[in-house]
Order: sequence, then structure tokens, then C-alpha cells
Amino acid sequence: MTAEAGVAAPHRALPKSFAWGALVKDAAIGAAVALVLAVPLVGFRVVEINGDVTLTTRFTWVGIGVVSVFVGRLALGLWRGSRPAERKRSGALVAPLSRFGRRHATGVAWAGIGFAAILQFLPFTTRGTVDLATEILTYVMLGWGLNVVVGLAGLLDLGYVAFYAVGAYSFAITATTFGLSFWEALPIAGLLSALAGILLGFPVLRLRGDYLAIVTLGFGEIIHILLQNWTSLTGGPNGIGNIPRPGLFGLVFAASAPPGETTFHQFFGLDFSPSQRIDFLYYVVLALALIVNLFTLRLRRLPIGRAWEALREDEIACRALGINPTNVKLSAFAIGAMLGGFAGAFFATRQGFISPESFTFVESATILAIVVLGGMGSQMGVVLAAMVLVLLPELRFLAEYRMLIFGAAMVLIMIWRPGGLLSHRAPTILLHGARRP
Amino acid sequence: MSTPLLEVQHLTMRFGGLTAVDDLSFTAREREITALIGPNGAGKTTVFNCLTGFYRPSAGTMILHRGGRKYQLERMEGHRVARIAGVARTFQNIRLFVGMTLLENLIVAQHDELMRASMFSVAGLFGFSPYRRAEKAAVQKARYWLDRLELTASADLPAGGLSYGDRRRLEIARAMCTGPTLLCLDEPAAGLNPRESDRLNELLLSIRDQHRIGLLLIEHDMKVVMGISDHVVVLDYGKKIADGKPVEIQHDPAVIRAYLGEPEPSFETEPSASPRDEDR
Ligand SMILES: Nc1ncnc2c1ncn2[C@@H]1O[C@H](COP(=O)(O)OP(=O)(O)OP(=O)(O)O)[C@@H](O)[C@H]1O
Ligand SMILES: [Mg+2]
Repeated sequence: MTAEAGVAAPHRALPKSFAWGALVKDAAIGAAVALVLAVPLVGFRVVEINGDVTLTTRFTWVGIGVVSVFVGRLALGLWRGSRPAERKRSGALVAPLSRFGRRHATGVAWAGIGFAAILQFLPFTTRGTVDLATEILTYVMLGWGLNVVVGLAGLLDLGYVAFYAVGAYSFAITATTFGLSFWEALPIAGLLSALAGILLGFPVLRLRGDYLAIVTLGFGEIIHILLQNWTSLTGGPNGIGNIPRPGLFGLVFAASAPPGETTFHQFFGLDFSPSQRIDFLYYVVLALALIVNLFTLRLRRLPIGRAWEALREDEIACRALGINPTNVKLSAFAIGAMLGGFAGAFFATRQGFISPESFTFVESATILAIVVLGGMGSQMGVVLAAMVLVLLPELRFLAEYRMLIFGAAMVLIMIWRPGGLLSHRAPTILLHGARRP
Repeated sequence: MSTPLLEVQHLTMRFGGLTAVDDLSFTAREREITALIGPNGAGKTTVFNCLTGFYRPSAGTMILHRGGRKYQLERMEGHRVARIAGVARTFQNIRLFVGMTLLENLIVAQHDELMRASMFSVAGLFGFSPYRRAEKAAVQKARYWLDRLELTASADLPAGGLSYGDRRRLEIARAMCTGPTLLCLDEPAAGLNPRESDRLNELLLSIRDQHRIGLLLIEHDMKVVMGISDHVVVLDYGKKIADGKPVEIQHDPAVIRAYLGEPEPSFETEPSASPRDEDR
């Protein structure tokens, strides 16, 4: 507290009233917390030697940890206390970027789309790049879907993976049992996911904030457990295989066509190459993502979208204006779930095989992180965050520290840009200047 | 005298052992400003919450007349009270959508019409012309209110950036955009400076005179109450202690006692934080 008072001082030297006491106390508290956490987590270790299990201790490590927390906290306090507040500098890297993005939003968007469209023909593009881009786009789609629920309607959903799973499984099941093609089964998958969204919506209508988060978390787990145990339908832990791949107007992507069908390479007189299918999948997801983007952007500018945002801002005021919060919430859940379902169906067709393992809480957390990091409600932010979160672990030397970096990135962004990377909200309608993107 | 718009009969609201509103009956009329006054904690906001469907009253009826039909407000959910019966309200602690622009605030208030015009988003998604027309009309209505509040220049800025007085007035405009039959205002003049307060009076009087609606006004500021209301209902500890024209109320001994304890009445000053440590 007192250290903060020094912030106003124009000179860099420590102010006279610099409170060493408070600083040391703060550092000591930090160290104490570190101690409490480190003793059970680091201090004890179970080792197995020749089948005997013994408990060893590593108190030196604990000591090092506690001392470094103490010193670090002290240094942080000194650093904060000795320099004048430079609010403007915070997020020095991102702020101008986001300002640029805001001013030239349409330009940036078109440049991005153009780049994505010609990615395959760029000289440095390999099969791996296309795979990675496909994965990023899947997450972008999921992020945009969840953005409807979390970013626009303000309903914290920790179980979004459930709808991803429902989409994937309903596609896989309808496609394998009824022999539907990807394009026929896709709407069904979306519809079933939307239904699941409404089913989840009903019991949680009265809940807000933390309570809602916990129930949706539970819903995610329930779906996961259902997938594992409803063996007759979902194949249990073995999952579902042989999921059909999407075709292009009846042309299949395979070395040789099944009877009565034509392959893509035959039709166009090309040589067969497995990368044709991968490239095609990439375009499928790119198209799906663009459709999802257009769809959500459009919805946001319709009464329903404004009602979502109004609900996020103030549910009571909404009711006083004659808006039925139940319908608004259910529509947000349903639309968000449907988009998640589309992504799930794409995931299933791309992998050709799905099992419950792909639909764990970590997926929900990743998608939520993409939305929150990107800036709630920001379409471009989701793209940026999805790229960061998918690409970071790809840097080989970082792979082991994926979770650590993930956490650190979250903390840093929440400190520097609490609203997310791009937190600017564009009005849905303007009175002045008919600038309507 | 105009026709009755709202008839409240024997309205009672209990919270556990506390009776916040006790057997209250009164009538509000079209093209009139009915003021609901009383010391702090008298139960005024609770009456509003019952009227607008936020609380289900313990007893009593509230009948609203709209277009030749009667609506029993105590049987309706909050959002239906607003949409179907046309009871709009503002809040004691202003509830704007602060992150959204002024224009958006006023457009959200027209949700119902727009939603129907967009055929629950289907027609809107494809930009069919009936929806585009409806949206244009909604913008025009919003524009009318923005012009009236002299806030047109800030139409595209977030509502959170407005001054306190403008927020209050925007909240009133937003309520008006729902096309109400009865407008309930919970202490609209609280926290306003004298100039803002005058502008508010003007706004309320013009709403009364230009729109065929009734106004129900909770207010502590006696200058406002005495200046613009046509009819005053006084509450104390949830009970109605007086009901009549402002001049009559001003000289009613029961009202003077409730507000000031025993001695001299003085409505020239503002008894907004009224002493009420007298025993019951
Ligand atoms: N939801 C509630 N639960 C319990 N008691 C409540 C509730 N709402 C209001 N009350 C009580 O009812 C009484 C009347 O409150 P109300 O808010 O209606 O007063 P008011 O006349 O609007 O006062 P003020 O002028 O301060 O706004 C108070 O004693 C209050 O504590
Ligand atoms: Mg009140």
C-alpha cells in the first residue's frame, strides 16, 4: 500500500516513506504460501526401487523454492516502488497492434483470408504446415462457437467439449450406421448438438457465474463418462473407426474408388497423392470456419445478438424491457453448441477415428483459453489466440513445458491486457457514418 | 378526469416477518403523473417490484388496462408484464447496458418488434427487406429520443461514458422505446444537480402531455413531486397514509408527521434523508 504511494513521486529514488516493513511482510507471506504448497508437492517423493516403494524427501528443493519466492517478491516490490507508474507502457507490444487491427479491421481480415486461401501454394508450406493450419482452424471454429456463449451472452461454459463430442459422435454414428456422407450428416450433427445445448440450458437457466461454470463442467464430464460406458452406441473406450471422409461433389479422395464411384485424381486426370485429401480437408475447414464467422457476425447484429450482449451486461434490465432471459440464454447455448457440433463433425471426418480420449476437460479449457486470451467477443482475437495456443507447443524445445507456458501466458495477458489480446468492442449498429462492415 | 390505467387493490408484500407493503390500494390514470412518496424504507421500490413482476405479491391484485383489455399483473412473469401489459420501468440504481452504445441501448428496448420482424433471426440472417425496414424504423424511434435528450452526437459511444444525469434520462428514453402504457420511474431525480433536475421535469411533463401513457413516479425531491405530479400517494411503513392532490398532501398532518416527526412542515427544503428514528 505504502509502496504504491511512492508511485506518484516524480524522481526515481526511493521515497523517504518507503515501507520496508510492509515489503518484507508481503515477501514473507509469499514465501509462506510457497512453503505450504511446496512441501506436499515437491518435498515428498515416492520412489520405487526393485518393487519396494519408499518415501524420500527433497527439502533442499523446497528451501530453494521458498527462498527464491521471497527474494523475487521483494525485488518485485522494490521495482514497483521505485519506478513511476507507466500505465501507457503496459502491453506496449500488443496495444499498437490492436489499434492497427481496429482501424484496418476489414483489411486485416481479408489479408488473413487471402493468406489462408493460398497457404498451400506457398513455397515453404509442407504437409505438416497444412495439418497444423487445419488444426488451428478447427480451434478457431470452436473458439468462435464458444464466443457466442461466453463472449457475447456472458455465460461461462466450462463444458464446451461436450458439444464438440456430441457433434463428432453423432456424425460418426450416423455416417457409419446409415451410410450418410459427410455433407449429409453434418447438419444432423449440428442439430443434435444444438439439442444437447438446449438440454443443458434448461437446468442451468437460473444459474450465473461460478455456479453455471461448475454445472457446465459437470456436464462435460457426464458426456465424457457416457461416451466411455455406453459401449453399444459409442464403442466405449475403443471409439468409432472407419468414419467416412468428405468427398467433393461425389468425388472421393482415395487411391482407388469403391465400385460405382469416381476418385478425385481420376476425374481431373491427376496422379494420386495422399496430400490431395489433406489439402481438401484444409479447404473444408477453411470454408466451414468462414461460414461460422459470417454467421456469428451476422447474428451479433440481429436482435438476438444484441439481446445476448444485453443479457451479459444486465439480466434484470433485460427483463424490464420485456426480453425473456430464458429464450435468450437457450438460444445462445443452442447456437454455440451447434457450432461446436460442426467442429466436432469435422474433427471426426478428419481423424477417421474418434474415442472419448479426444474429449476431455483439457479441450474445454483450451477452447475457453482461446476465447479469453483473444478478448471476449472478438473474432480476430480468437484467431490470434488459437494460433498462439496451437503453435506454442509445436516449438520442439518447448513441448515439455507446454502447460507451464500456457499458464504463464495466461497470467501475463491477464496482467497486461485483462480484456484479452483484442478487447475492443465494435458497435453492432451506427447512427453516424453508415460504416457497416 | 381520465380513465383509470392501473388499479392496485389490497397489495401486500411480506418478506419473512417484515411487511414491506401493507394493504395498499391506489389508482393511476392515463396522462397523469402519480407520485409515490414516503420516507426511506417505506416500501416504494417494493411496490414497483411487484408491479413489474420482479416480486410475486403475498396478497392483492394489480389490474392494468390496455387497449380495452385487463391484465392481472400479479399473475404475469416480469418480461411479460413489460412486453404484453406494457409496464416499463427504470431503476433506483441505474441499469443501463454500459458497454453498449446509446443507440444500441435504445434498440435493445425494441427487441420484441425486431425479433418478430426478423422472424426469430431467420429473415434477419438473410437481410430480407421487411426486417431491414423494421430495423430502420427502430433506429428512427431511437433517433427521436436521442434528439429529444440532445444526445444524438454521442449516439455511437458507450452508455457507460455518460454523465449521471444523462444516464438517468437515457434510461427513461430506453423505457419509452418499449412503447409502454405505464412508465414507472424509481427516483429519477436522485443525484441530479438543479439544472439537470429541471431538464428532467421538462422531459417528464412532455412525456405526459405528448404520449398517451400514465407515469408512476417515486421521488424524494419534494420540489419535483410538488412541481410536476397530478396525484400523490404517501406510504409509511408500507401503509398508505395519504392520497390526493399535491396541495392537499402538503398540508396533511399525517404526512407531515411521517416526514418530520411532530413539528412544523416545510416542503420548501428537501427532506430527502428523512429522520425516522421515532418509535412505532
Ligand atoms: N428482497 C427483499 N427481502 C427482504 N426485505 C426486503 C426486500 N426488498 C425490500 N425489503 C425491505 O422492505 C422494506 C422496504 O424497502 P424498499 O426498498 O421498498 O423501500 P423504499 O421505500 O424504496 O426506500 P428508499 O427510499 O430507501 O428507496 C425495507 O425494510 C427493506 O429492507
Ligand atoms: Mg427505493
